[in-house]
Amino acid sequence: MAEGLTLEEVAIRLDGRRLVSVDRHVPPGEVLSIMGPSGVGKSTLLAFLTGTLAPAFEATGRVLLDGRDLTPLPPDRRQLGILFQDDLLFPHLSVAGNLGFGLRGGTRAERRATIARALGEVGLAGLGPRDPATLSGGQRARVALMRTLLARPRALLLDEAFSRLDAQRRARTREMVFGTARARALPVVMVTHDHADAEAAGGPIVRLTPDN
Amino acid sequence: MRSRPSGSSVTARSDARARARVVPIILRLLPSLTLLAMLGPVAAGLAGAVLPAFGHLPAAGFDGPSLVAWERLFGWAGIGEATRLSLTTGFLATLGSLAIVTLITAGWWNTRVFGWLERALSPLLSVPHAAAAFGIAFLIAPSGWIMRLVSPELTGLSRPPDILVVGDPWGLSMTAGLIAKEVPFLLLMTLAALGQVRARAALELARSMGYGRVAAWLKAVFPQVYAQIRLPVYVVLAYSMSVVDVALILGPSTPATLSVQIVRWMSDPDLAMRLVASAGAILQLGLVVGALALWRLAEWLVGLWGTGWAGGGGRGRPLDASRPVALGLAGLSACATLAGLAALGIWSVAGLWRFPDALPDALSLRSWTRHAAGLGDAIGDTALVALSATAMALLLTIGCLEAEFRRGRTIGRFALWLLYLPLIVPQTAFLPGLQTFLLRLGADRGTLPVIAAHLVFVLPYVFLSLGDPWRAWDRRQAVAAAALGASPGRVLLAVRLPMLLRPLLVAGAIGIAVSVGQYLPTLLIGGGRVATLTTEAVALSSGGDRRAIGVFGLAQTLAALLPFTLAALLPALLWRNRRGLHG
Repeated sequence: MAEGLTLEEVAIRLDGRRLVSVDRHVPPGEVLSIMGPSGVGKSTLLAFLTGTLAPAFEATGRVLLDGRDLTPLPPDRRQLGILFQDDLLFPHLSVAGNLGFGLRGGTRAERRATIARALGEVGLAGLGPRDPATLSGGQRARVALMRTLLARPRALLLDEAFSRLDAQRRARTREMVFGTARARALPVVMVTHDHADAEAAGGPIVRLTPDN
Repeated sequence: MRSRPSGSSVTARSDARARARVVPIILRLLPSLTLLAMLGPVAAGLAGAVLPAFGHLPAAGFDGPSLVAWERLFGWAGIGEATRLSLTTGFLATLGSLAIVTLITAGWWNTRVFGWLERALSPLLSVPHAAAAFGIAFLIAPSGWIMRLVSPELTGLSRPPDILVVGDPWGLSMTAGLIAKEVPFLLLMTLAALGQVRARAALELARSMGYGRVAAWLKAVFPQVYAQIRLPVYVVLAYSMSVVDVALILGPSTPATLSVQIVRWMSDPDLAMRLVASAGAILQLGLVVGALALWRLAEWLVGLWGTGWAGGGGRGRPLDASRPVALGLAGLSACATLAGLAALGIWSVAGLWRFPDALPDALSLRSWTRHAAGLGDAIGDTALVALSATAMALLLTIGCLEAEFRRGRTIGRFALWLLYLPLIVPQTAFLPGLQTFLLRLGADRGTLPVIAAHLVFVLPYVFLSLGDPWRAWDRRQAVAAAALGASPGRVLLAVRLPMLLRPLLVAGAIGIAVSVGQYLPTLLIGGGRVATLTTEAVALSSGGDRRAIGVFGLAQTLAALLPFTLAALLPALLWRNRRGLHG
């Protein structure tokens, strides 16, 4: 069975009108970029992948992760990490609390050590007890990435994940995310409206048009 | 690899399976359960009034059908006066409070003065109706605080004048008391509605065309706002027509208002009077329905005239002359409530206080110590009923909102009407029937039925308060949490509820304030066994012991105000290191 994320004859309709149709395989470490103007259904496709599609939409097709059919699974059993354009760190938890949220198992000491190591890995050593609202935008983006990775996803979804960052931080954050995905052999599906994102990803590009 | 059946059927089935896990059965049942808790008593109460009204009450030995109850109701000497009072106080209080709220918003929205009024809003809202009414009575009575402040210097009086102010036969002081309490309510509803309307843009556009401030508001913003506050206005109309506690304190007594008379008949030892009370309940319901229909017709006519007026292009700058008037009236209604509370407070610690003296000779805590035991019992009952009803209301509301969220559908217009129904059907129309109904079940006494009756009124307010912040929550937080492996239950408990702590506490405080203020459900359904601060305070009204009234009225206000204070302080304390959750 093929390793990676497979979008098998995926088609999403709203009121009988076809919004999106994709039939692609994303091998581990590769980035599939989905491009198109806003309102074309890029985020709808991601909602289908995460299993959070609103009931108004009709979807057909399957999502396979390393050959396993995800389609019947609820969102929390799919092992798909997702990053949005906002970091969406939980405002009521500390930085360490956010990282711990997705971390499975382990004793208290092990968890604490894992979180400390993860913070060090993204250059934020010692910031665990901080309120996420007091971090800079770039720091928050790194915490969000690390939070997603600690939940051990088997694929990564990016929903305009870099569009809120300024040009300089954008390139650095992109490099970090793509580099991590390659290092961990994660297939990536990235939704973006920015060509630079797609070019930096280096993978295949699917263009959605309004009358797709 | 398995052979794959056609895509659509697979998806349909898997969707159903996925959703069944996402929305557990108990959560699916909660909306129906909530409707039952809220509308069941209303329906049972209305049904329970119909049979006795037509002479059928086997439990008391009456076998109908007969028209005896109606004959006695219309044979009552006060029926004409009582009917007229219900209509005039209802329309006057609603028109008055709506006019004040509309003019103050039109004239002063987005000014510093308006900011002060907004800050006074929460405390004003939490003051129970009975306490506000007592306070106003203490101010305007012939021997009240206002007369004391101006006597004998301005009036030359050394003893209270012999005039009927409180309890005037036209119900004017009662109407004033209602307006003072309904202005904050309608103002809150207006502010909430303004969040849904692009008021600032419409206003700036109209003003740039040369419209005066007030005219710009009335022509460009008010129609949109009114569409949003229509149901709350109906609540005010129905409430003002049928209120009991305010009428007992400020309303006329010979004859009393229809709703007060219904309650008197209900507590008459002669069980035959229950039939008359039931007929009165149905008459009260008919009056309210008729008044609502009339109001709806007037809305339509005003709308018809208003579209012509707005399209006529008059810039209406002279209307800005209403600004000081609006400010005066809004300030007066706020000050009346606050000064009334001050009067309650002073009376509760007053020693000897002879008539024309502006302040008592001495202050003492004697009244508080004298009533300490009764106060303690009443606080116990009040807290038990309010906390239980509010906890149930919060659970049901969170369940309904979470079910709605997981199904991905919001409630429609019809459901919103259902939510307002218990607030629009007059309490005196269905509580007598509910009592009769419970009597037949043998469950007419004790705390549980009272809690259930309070829930009918607490639930809509809790739901209306929590609904908007709940739906405004960024649902991507749920996706992010689920992608981290959190089950729907964990998303709810570990992410959503903590993030919504502030609105949850506010909804709880509103629920408690609503329950604390309830008079009739406690009185009628409790069968005299449940004595809350409100029933105790209102019961004191006929005796005229101002010190006792001051103690219970103030305690009642504090019981409603304390939860609001906690709701404001707790999140600041718990989330003191979480900047993302402030403002």
